[in-house]
Amino acid sequence: MIKEPLQEPSLQLLRSGDRTEIARLVDGHSLNIYRLALKMLANPQDAEDVLQNTFLKAIQALPTFEGRSSLATWLYRIAVNEALMIIRKQKPEIELDLQSEDTDETPALTQFTDWCCLPEWELVSAEAKNHFDKAIQQLSEKLRVVFILRDIEGLSIHETSTALDLTETTVKTRLLRARLKLRELLSVYYEERLDMEKSDEKIS
Amino acid sequence: MKKSHNCGSLLESLSDYVDGELGDALCEEIERHMADCDNCRIVVDTFKKTISLYQETSEKTTIPIGVRERLFHRLDLDDFIQKEN
Ligand SMILES: [Zn+2]
Repeated sequence: MIKEPLQEPSLQLLRSGDRTEIARLVDGHSLNIYRLALKMLANPQDAEDVLQNTFLKAIQALPTFEGRSSLATWLYRIAVNEALMIIRKQKPEIELDLQSEDTDETPALTQFTDWCCLPEWELVSAEAKNHFDKAIQQLSEKLRVVFILRDIEGLSIHETSTALDLTETTVKTRLLRARLKLRELLSVYYEERLDMEKSDEKIS
Repeated sequence: MKKSHNCGSLLESLSDYVDGELGDALCEEIERHMADCDNCRIVVDTFKKTISLYQETSEKTTIPIGVRERLFHRLDLDDFIQKEN
């Protein structure tokens, strides 16, 4: 579930344009929006644009926000659209309709190396983290956004489906594909690390 | 992976299994199978680990001070840049 800030800002105050309350809303949710944008776009400048535009649009739209979803889900929804707009500008050739039929297939299992035993420092080394970011960029936008909302931002399947206007079944299918693909990509990377460790042992 | 009914059906249940959304009977079936099938055990372990690594490392993301300041400025909230607490 989404972790809400300790005290959610009052909708009534927000709608009336109370600036203190708006500042609380921004501070309570900006990290989540910024992180979503960073993972989606892999570019700090673009992420900052998404962050600013999301809150600009949200503040404008607050008077008409009906509260049918939580504020957090609503903000994620605006941010996803902002991020997709940037991607469309940068890569006009790719089809970016989240609601369109899936073209991704369920990745086959090809990696069976057990890398869980690698030491923690190696699992989360700077190089490994760099590899995580690259791997996530290899997912199609449709899969990437589902993985980010569900597994990185911690939304439930239901919240993810609300934020993206998708059925829960579609969210689940895309989530599985994203997770499988990332597992494959991480396995390839860690297998190399394991091989290097083995050859080091032989030398010493 | 050795071809048995369970290896194939594991794939579909993988997400539900690691999210704890699979019924007890199916969970037990998967666990019994994993005890005998190394490949499936590895897939489940590395699948779980992949998700938790992304979670762990993403939790450490912070907003650079400059990003927050420019955001507040853009929103005409300059007087709130100084945090109360
Ligand atoms: Zn098996």
